[in-house]
Amino acid sequence: MLEKALKGKPSYWIWLFVLLSLIGTASIVYIFQLVYGLQITGMSRDVSWGLYISQLTYLVGVAASAVMLVLPAYFHHYKEFKRMIILGEFMAIAAVMMCMLFVLVDLGQPQRMLNIFMYPSPNSILFWDAIVLNVYMILNIIIGWITLQAERNQVDPPKWIKKVIYLSIIWAFSIHTVTAFLYSGLPGRHYWLTAIMAARFLSSAFCSGPAILLLLALLLKKLTEFDPGTQAIKTLAKIITYAMCVNVFFFLLELFTAFYSGIPGHQAPIIYLFSGWEGHAEWVAFMWTAAALAILSLVLLIPAKFRDNHALLPWTLAILVIATWIDKGIGLMVGGFTPNVYEAVTPYTPSLWEIIITLGVYGIGALILTVLWKVAVGVKQEVGTAT
Amino acid sequence: MDKSRRNFIRLASLSALGMGAAPALARAETASAVYTETTEAADMYGPNANALEGTHWGMVIDTTKLTTPEDIAPIVEACHSIHNVPDIGNDQEIKWIWSATFHESFTEKHNHYLAEEIHERPFLLLCNHCEHPPCCRVCPTQATFKRESDGVVLMDFHRCIGCRFCMAACPYGARSFNFGDPRPYISQINHEFPTRTRGVVEKCNFCAERLAKGEEPACVEASNGAIIFGDLDDPHSEVREVLKEHFTIRRKPTLGTQPSVYYII
Repeated sequence: MLEKALKGKPSYWIWLFVLLSLIGTASIVYIFQLVYGLQITGMSRDVSWGLYISQLTYLVGVAASAVMLVLPAYFHHYKEFKRMIILGEFMAIAAVMMCMLFVLVDLGQPQRMLNIFMYPSPNSILFWDAIVLNVYMILNIIIGWITLQAERNQVDPPKWIKKVIYLSIIWAFSIHTVTAFLYSGLPGRHYWLTAIMAARFLSSAFCSGPAILLLLALLLKKLTEFDPGTQAIKTLAKIITYAMCVNVFFFLLELFTAFYSGIPGHQAPIIYLFSGWEGHAEWVAFMWTAAALAILSLVLLIPAKFRDNHALLPWTLAILVIATWIDKGIGLMVGGFTPNVYEAVTPYTPSLWEIIITLGVYGIGALILTVLWKVAVGVKQEVGTAT
Repeated sequence: MDKSRRNFIRLASLSALGMGAAPALARAETASAVYTETTEAADMYGPNANALEGTHWGMVIDTTKLTTPEDIAPIVEACHSIHNVPDIGNDQEIKWIWSATFHESFTEKHNHYLAEEIHERPFLLLCNHCEHPPCCRVCPTQATFKRESDGVVLMDFHRCIGCRFCMAACPYGARSFNFGDPRPYISQINHEFPTRTRGVVEKCNFCAERLAKGEEPACVEASNGAIIFGDLDDPHSEVREVLKEHFTIRRKPTLGTQPSVYYII
C-alpha cells in the first residue's frame, strides 16, 4: 500500500520537501548538540529537563486521540467513526515516534540508549514508559495496517485483530498513566507530587489529542476528497468538550488544594507560573494566555450552536490546542522545577537551538503522518470509502 | 621449472606461516607477563587491608565551627580538586560540595525572626547518601545505585545515559550534569581519579576511593574537625557519640529519604 505515497500533486511534493529541509536543518543542529553536548540548550543544573521532555509529555496525549475514536466504535458500535479511525491510529504512530525521538534528543549519551533494555530496571518509571510507548506504537502499526489492507481488499478484517484493538484501547490509558508517574512519584517536586496527575494527563490528552486530530482531518477534507462525515465531526467535538471541561476542572482542584490548605510548597510553583517569584516572571504571560484561551475554548465549545458551527470549529480547536500546549507542553515542566529545591528561581527559557531541534522532531512526525495519511486516503479513494 | 615453482610455493607458505606465528608468539609472551602481573595484582585490586569498614557511612557537620566563607572554601577546594570537578561558572555548573544559606538548605524550617548569626552562616551541602535514595529508584539503567555493603550512593559514569531523571528526583539538588565536556574547565587534572565525559550525571561519592584506602573523605580531612565521619550503625562510633550529645537536624526529613548527613546548628 505504500506505493500510494509515491503519487501526488506538486503541492504534496513541495510539502514533503519543506518537511525534509526542516528535518535536515534540525539534524545539523542536532549534530552540534552531539558534539558540544546539551550546553547548547537552555537547561541548567536546577532546571534539568526542558522543552524536549515536555514535548514527550504533550505528545503522549496526542497519541491517545485514536482511543477516543476506537473506543466508541468498538465498545459501543458507533459506526460514524469507522471512516476516521485509521487517521487516529496513524496519528498515534507519528505521535509515539515523536515521543521516543524527544527522549532520544534529550539524552546526554544517546549511543548508550539501549542500556535501558540491557539493564532492565523495573523500579524506574522511565523503563516502563519505554515499554508502554513501544508496545503502543507496534499495536497501532499492526491495527492500522491490517484494517486498511482489509478495507482495500474489500473484505472484513481478520477476527483476531479485534482482540488487538481491545488491547490497544486499554493500553492507551497505560501510556498516560505511566508518563504521569514519571512526574507524580518524585518527592520534593510539589507541582508534580499530586495523585491527580495521571487523571490530569488523561483529561488533557482526551481533549488536546482529538482536537489536533479533528483539526488535521478538517484540513484533509479541504485538501482531498476525504470527508470524516458531519456526524463524526459533531460527536468528536462533543467528546473534546467534555474532556476539556474535566481538564479545566482538574486544574481548579489543584488550585483549591494548594491555596485553601495554604501550604507554601504547593502554592509556590503556581504563584511563580501565574504571577512570578522573587522578580522572576518568565512564563506569566504564557500562563495567563493559556488560562484565557482555555476559558474561551469552553465558551466556544459548550453551547451547541457554536460547537456545531463548522466554520468556527477549526478556530475553537486551535485555541484549545494552544491552551493545552502551554499548560502541559511547557508549564508543567517549568512549574515542576521552579522554584527549585532551594526555593530559589533559576529561570529557564529554551535556546534557539533547542527550539530548532524540537521543530525538527515535529517535522519527522509530520512527515510520518503525511505519508501514512496519504496512504490511507489513497486506499479510501480507490475503494470509494473516502466520503 | 616445476620444481622451482614447488619450492617457491613451499617457501611462500612457510614465510606466511612465520608471519602469522610471530605475533601469536609475541602474544603468548605478553600473556604470561600479564599472568604474573595479575597474581601480584590480586593484592593491588583486592580489598585493601587498611580500608575503612562500616555498614552505613554518615556524617555530622558542626555548622557552628564553619561560620565564614573562608571556613568553607578549603573544604570545597579539597573535594573538587581531587575529584576533577570542573569550574564552569554558569547555571550549568558542576558541584559536589558547596554552601548555601539556612533558608536554601532547610526549606522546611522557615522561621520569622531567624537569629542573625544563623542567617549569615553558610551551610555545607552535599549528597545526603540517603537510606532510601529517590535517585536510585528512578534510574532506568542502575547507573546510580546504593552500595549494599556500606550505604554509599554511587555513580557508574560509563553506564549513565544522561536522561537526568535522577536530577529531577533528588530533592536536595545534589546532582550535576555534564552539559558539555568538563575537561577544559579543570585547572589541574588529578590523574588518580577519572575525569568525566559530557552527557553524564555526577555527584559526591563520599570519597569511596579514599575509604577503600583507609582514608576519611577529603572534606572531613580539610574541615579541622568540623565534619565528623563514621559508621552510623556502630553505636560506639564517633558520629554516634556526637549525635548522642548534640541536637541535630537533617534536610527535608518529611520526604522519607533518610539522609545520612546531619547538621549541628
